[in-house]
Amino acid sequence: MIEAISKNRFAFLSLNILFVLYFLAVFADFIAPYPYDIQHRDTPYHPPTQIHFFDEKGNFHLRPFVYGYKMVDPINKYYKVDYSKKYPIYFFTEGESHYLLGIFKTDKHLFGVKEGKIFLLGADNLGRDIFSRILYGARISLSIGLIGVFLSFTIGTIIGGISGYFGGKVDNLIMRLSEILMSFPSFYLMLALRAVFPINLSSTEVFFMIVVILSFISWAGLARVVRGMVLSIREQEYVLAAKSYGASSLRIIVKHIIPNTYSYLLIAATLSIPGYILGESALSLLGLGIQEPYASWGNMLSSAMSYTAVSSYPWILAPGVAIFITILAFNILGDALRDALDPKLRRLIK
Amino acid sequence: MILYILKRLYQLIPLLIGITFFSFLIIQLAPGDYLDQLRMNPQISEKTLNQMVKIYGLDQPILVQYFKWLINALKFDFGYSFSYQMPVLELIKDRIINTLFLSITSGIIAWLLAIPLGIIAALRPNSLIDKFIQIFSFTFMSLPGFFFAFLMLFFAVKTGIFPTGGAYSPNYENMTFFEKILDRLWHVSLPALVIGIGSLAGLVRLVRSTMIEQLQSEYVLFARAKGLSEKDIILKHALRNALNPFITILGFEIASLLSGSALIEIIINWPGMGMLMLDAVLSQDLYLVMGGLYIGSIMLILGNLIADILLAKLDPRIRQREVEGVLK
Repeated sequence: MIEAISKNRFAFLSLNILFVLYFLAVFADFIAPYPYDIQHRDTPYHPPTQIHFFDEKGNFHLRPFVYGYKMVDPINKYYKVDYSKKYPIYFFTEGESHYLLGIFKTDKHLFGVKEGKIFLLGADNLGRDIFSRILYGARISLSIGLIGVFLSFTIGTIIGGISGYFGGKVDNLIMRLSEILMSFPSFYLMLALRAVFPINLSSTEVFFMIVVILSFISWAGLARVVRGMVLSIREQEYVLAAKSYGASSLRIIVKHIIPNTYSYLLIAATLSIPGYILGESALSLLGLGIQEPYASWGNMLSSAMSYTAVSSYPWILAPGVAIFITILAFNILGDALRDALDPKLRRLIK
Repeated sequence: MILYILKRLYQLIPLLIGITFFSFLIIQLAPGDYLDQLRMNPQISEKTLNQMVKIYGLDQPILVQYFKWLINALKFDFGYSFSYQMPVLELIKDRIINTLFLSITSGIIAWLLAIPLGIIAALRPNSLIDKFIQIFSFTFMSLPGFFFAFLMLFFAVKTGIFPTGGAYSPNYENMTFFEKILDRLWHVSLPALVIGIGSLAGLVRLVRSTMIEQLQSEYVLFARAKGLSEKDIILKHALRNALNPFITILGFEIASLLSGSALIEIIINWPGMGMLMLDAVLSQDLYLVMGGLYIGSIMLILGNLIADILLAKLDPRIRQREVEGVLK
């Protein structure tokens, strides 16, 4: 399988992109020049600062620098480059102190400027650095996919396994339940379930609430597929053998039947992570998910709901690009996995 | 065939009861109720509040409330919206028309483009044009709908080609019939493009892979050997056999007519069901949420039912299997 991925150029690239993204998320507080909640009230909607090696006269500088910006129109937040001010970029420079990996206290950041400001992707309405917030937001958006998939796949496989293995009344009941769940339009169900929880929750509570809601919505479809697979697997002879050895039902399900669904589960998991990322973004975008000042890719985009803001400060769309890249990577990877494990279509094309 | 449809309808009854009961439970689980907001208002006396509790039956046990609601819901009477102060059905009716208009337009865009593009891609797998179509479909499958909506809004504001929000212009009432149609189409174009291109991406992939599968099969080889023209082979043989999965997908499309575009509606400011549901949830408007969930679910079930019936109609094998199941 790993061989198949490394053979597919795009899949290999996607895997690497995902590694980089998760790496960035883990080390967000070190890589980001500013903490997620630092507001630069004097520079709202600051445009992205370009990194220069050559100054305006064409002289080369070994140390990259950014120019200062001057607000020329405070009402429309319009800025102009101020060529008289040059701020060199320093690496491993001091900034706000943070706990690296949650343990080591340090005030070093990967890069930063000593004076002036560096906003690689511009600033939002409160003058917060969008680049830094994307990195912090990645922690939420990227982990919600993994945790959500883990939760719903655990529930889905166990329930689907039980349903398929025992059959009869249990099966009937579980299948009717899952049918009911699947008959709800998922976006409405998500909204309605959100209403079950109080509006003002702490950020950790909101995070788990989102995971629970999204997993609750999506276990049913998976359980049905697993049930179908189990129905055919349980007729296999090795299951009969295990039974005759006196293995318990639970053991047979967990040890003998579910492992046979792994390859399908792996593909399905990879392809369903985007759904969780989108679900979180949608809730946060509507102000029902992760709340300010915490950053998630979804709530960062909520300022883009106003089209006047989007047209004047298009860089506030940057988190959307992050979502797009992540989802694209997961989709390409999932596709490659499916091709590798299900060679039917590939054979046909050849 | 009738036996088959009857069987499917019969299966729907417990499903409907389950759905409605479940949505009732969800709403009951929500902390507080709509009257909480009124209680905060010092101008409303205790007496009026108690009266409202009586009128809405909020003092009765959940099960009684549920059955009352259910009996009315079967007659499509969903009760009264607390926050809008009008019958839920009236509210929903207006919004449904807008939402259906948007979803059907976007559906037409998607299907009209997907089938020819998918066939073109399938005719020459791995050719330049196939690769181009594949990259296109992959990009738009991964592009979140709401982000695409933002991008299109940005484009609309910058160029001024598309209106930004609303279903018609402010001076709609004064237009002639023909202008009204044009105005509607103009306003629906932006959200319909966003949703249409989004679903086109997935559809093209499906059409392509099904067509490839069919074109490799032996009956196509036979048709070629017989000397049929390529056009006849594709349209009369391969496409017809490739229809089954499309019909299942068409069912999904019908199913998601009401709810599939909710988020985009909210972003583009389209006065449809999505906005209404969001408002209802935010203001804990019990009967409005219930009504929305109920209608949305019915659409979903109906969509699946229509797909199943169409499948059975087109494919006698399925029909046979199901009917035999009934007779057993």
